[in-house]
Amino acid sequence: MNAPVRVARDYESGQEVRWCPGCGDYAILRAVQKTLAELDADPSNTVFVSGIGCAARLPYYLATYGFHTIHGRAPAIATGLKLANPELDVWLVTGDGDGLSIGAGHLLHLLRRNLNCQLLLFNNEAYGLTKGQYSPTSRIGTVTPSSPAGSVGDPVSACRFALGSGARFVARGIDTRIAELQATLSAAHAFPGTAFVEILQNCIVYNDGVFADFTERSVAAERQIHVVHGEPLRFGPDLNRGLILDRDAFALRAVSVGADGVPEQEVLVHDQTNRALATLLATMEGPDLPLAVGVLFAEEGPVFEVAVRDQVEERGHLPLSDLLRRTSTWKVSP
Amino acid sequence: MRFRLRETTLQPPANLTPSTGGIVVRFAGDSGDGIQLSGMRLTMAAALGGKGVSTLPDFPAEIRAPAGTTYGVSAFQLRVGEGEVLTPGDTPDVLVAFNPASLKTNISDLDRNGLLVVDSGTFTARSLKKAGYDDNPLEADSLNGVRTLTPDITRHTIDAVKEFDLGQKGSLRCRNMWAVGLTLWLLDRDTSEAEHWIRNRFGDTPVGNANLAALKAGHAYGETTELPGLDLLQTREAPHDWAPGEYRTITGAEALAFGLAAAAERTGLDIVFCAYPITPASTLLHQLSAMRRRNVLTFQAEDEIGAACAAIGASYGGALGVTSSSGPGISLKAEALGLAVAVELPLVVVNSQRAGPSTGMPTKTEQADLLQALYGRHGEAPLVVLAPRSPSDCYTTAIEAAGIAIRHMTPVMILSDAFIASTSEPWRLPEPVISGSEAVEFRTDPEGFEPFARDPDTLARAWVKPGTPGLEHRIGGLEKSAGSGGISYDPDNHQIMNDARIAKVAQVACALPPAAAEGPEDASLCVVTWGSTFGVAREALAHCRATGTVAAHIHLRHLHPLPANLGDLLASYRRILVPEVNSGQLVRVLRDRFLVDAESLPKVTGKPFRVDELIGAIEARAKTVS
Repeated sequence: MNAPVRVARDYESGQEVRWCPGCGDYAILRAVQKTLAELDADPSNTVFVSGIGCAARLPYYLATYGFHTIHGRAPAIATGLKLANPELDVWLVTGDGDGLSIGAGHLLHLLRRNLNCQLLLFNNEAYGLTKGQYSPTSRIGTVTPSSPAGSVGDPVSACRFALGSGARFVARGIDTRIAELQATLSAAHAFPGTAFVEILQNCIVYNDGVFADFTERSVAAERQIHVVHGEPLRFGPDLNRGLILDRDAFALRAVSVGADGVPEQEVLVHDQTNRALATLLATMEGPDLPLAVGVLFAEEGPVFEVAVRDQVEERGHLPLSDLLRRTSTWKVSP
Repeated sequence: MRFRLRETTLQPPANLTPSTGGIVVRFAGDSGDGIQLSGMRLTMAAALGGKGVSTLPDFPAEIRAPAGTTYGVSAFQLRVGEGEVLTPGDTPDVLVAFNPASLKTNISDLDRNGLLVVDSGTFTARSLKKAGYDDNPLEADSLNGVRTLTPDITRHTIDAVKEFDLGQKGSLRCRNMWAVGLTLWLLDRDTSEAEHWIRNRFGDTPVGNANLAALKAGHAYGETTELPGLDLLQTREAPHDWAPGEYRTITGAEALAFGLAAAAERTGLDIVFCAYPITPASTLLHQLSAMRRRNVLTFQAEDEIGAACAAIGASYGGALGVTSSSGPGISLKAEALGLAVAVELPLVVVNSQRAGPSTGMPTKTEQADLLQALYGRHGEAPLVVLAPRSPSDCYTTAIEAAGIAIRHMTPVMILSDAFIASTSEPWRLPEPVISGSEAVEFRTDPEGFEPFARDPDTLARAWVKPGTPGLEHRIGGLEKSAGSGGISYDPDNHQIMNDARIAKVAQVACALPPAAAEGPEDASLCVVTWGSTFGVAREALAHCRATGTVAAHIHLRHLHPLPANLGDLLASYRRILVPEVNSGQLVRVLRDRFLVDAESLPKVTGKPFRVDELIGAIEARAKTVS
């Protein structure tokens, strides 16, 4: 007999949502709730763990277990949690400052270990909760209270960081493309291992429109490519554009496809098990190349908490009284 | 929560018969000379003979220092006596130096009436130069008339093992066993334990047989040459009646590991031990990683913060999270400990203190992290602090720490130190652990559930495992509403929650045994100690009493909260002396809490107090109060 199917509303905690009106976080929260409903996730077996920042408030708004921890440390907390109970379905929520600045060290190790969890990194290229300073993903020249003359230093690319850290699942979503984001979250959930999802999220107060070049309705089709494993890498209003490999430049190039351009068969087909291709896709930034959205890379491998538990099983179990006597002992008689 | 501690099972033995005599032997040589291993053979031989024993290994900081250099010298000291030998001894009575470098670095410690044994075969021009000697000290009369034996151990060993064809290098590896044989003879012990150990370790192999031959040759050398100085080696103490039972030797790190494993068994929880490598705390990580127990998991985290956070995550998940480090690492964990205080989860934190500040002297001991343990977090963030007094006491301390953490849903810090972690002593094996004897019951009933409602006795909130249907809730570092746990910035609520967290930790004192003074009731002077200063203080006081100096001793195992009666007890003394291996930390706490005129006896050299230092300090003050 099937349990009653849950709906998105069943995952609302009832806590008043306190993000700024118009914040992209609302859309992401909705996408998460709808995804949980679609998965019919058991709220009692689901845990959201977050660090600090606007994004990190998300667990309070979900009717699951939730742990709002400290700045940057959600990956470490989640690792201990999964070691204690590998059966839990664990989601991590972080931001560009939380995950790529103060907590970058933990994130790297989470990704290389391949703990079975989903990690959502809300990237708004700004520190929101601390009132608008530039973040590690802010583009050069970003003017903020702490960088009045514009920020200096190259930004980090979240997806390339993940790929470079050895992540086995790397995806990108956008807060204005909820249907695609939901599909990506479902794929992330299905993946056995750490599923890294960067979500471009508009901060309406401190960095409004920072992704407009890609996300404005008028340019979205030209500037986004939604990648699907096994499908040609095509985009544009009529899918009249495509990506080919420029072998001389060792880079991707956007071209017109069809009668006026390159033949269809020359367009690259997305292979999500190819880390090199994923890296090229993650590297694409305007103006000549579209932003890659969807599952860029997915390749299964050993899962950390399973491997740890297996080792413990293999190591065996001796009575404490035997362990105490694994050295010379002597007896004193009464 | 129905979890209750059986406090009576957790007390270290009250009555001790401290040995005030005995013999102190120090082996010193190159890191590669097998010094530590030789020391353990002497230790076991003494223990099996019914003696008390305390050991102190002293490794160089360098992993493989160049052979023959003074900074590559490794040493192992042991003291053998009748009764409880509480310290490894101030000054060696016998120094066995394997080369010039070890003679140079250790000779100044040797008792003036002591006996020096050197391997004269190693005193070549080259090795003398390496050690920084211009002249051969054995010939230059620079040893100030210390009684000296100069057997050519190198030559004797090579001769003894010739038939096993081990080559020059392999033969020389047996040198330590020759010296063990000789020392056993000096100590009036036979070679049976060492023989047994060699057989077990090497079996019937050329290496095993060569080691046996060297051991016997060393012993025979003592016998046939009728060495002088045996009168020196009489312990002059009455034989001690040990409590019946089965014994082994144990270090503090081993005892902590066994204690944590025992806590897992008693509570029915998995231990998830999370640590980042650091000297001298790593030994505990190694012990637990090698432990063949299904309910003991270890996790080497990416850093100290990650280790603390993973332990908190494990406790959140329903295991007992434990994290371990030394001073610098504990500093890094501070923010995470604040989180554990705020979300009220059980957590055990082990600090194997070392000499600071900063990197300091990683292999040297200190008790200078007490104030950090008590106060070293932002905000009002109280936690429970315990300190073991000896290696074997680490076992009960670990069990007690786990029990308090679970019962009161609080972090508990164990302040061990480099000395306790590495020193060893005989340990009567504990009563068998009964599985589930202190089983934890997690909250599963959704009826009336509030995440931050409190148990009236312990003031603890309920422990709920994620995965429990109907109890879904959110916790975090933000201030929570009393009861419901919702985010709250309400001023009155913040006062209530701070008060509750402080009261909860203070409440731990209700279940503690009262502080008790050991010693004469008419004493006006009281010595107050904590942690590893216990042994040296107890031994010094035993000396003092034997010579007519009257003083009492209070040893504190619980540093936060302090025992409820401590203020009254301290008020009954005219003079209070607080020796600590720091610049005066407990003394500040006592003065602050009880307005007593306690006097500090500080020491921060990276070494424990010597017994004679304490005797001097106690005698000087006892005269002025009586």
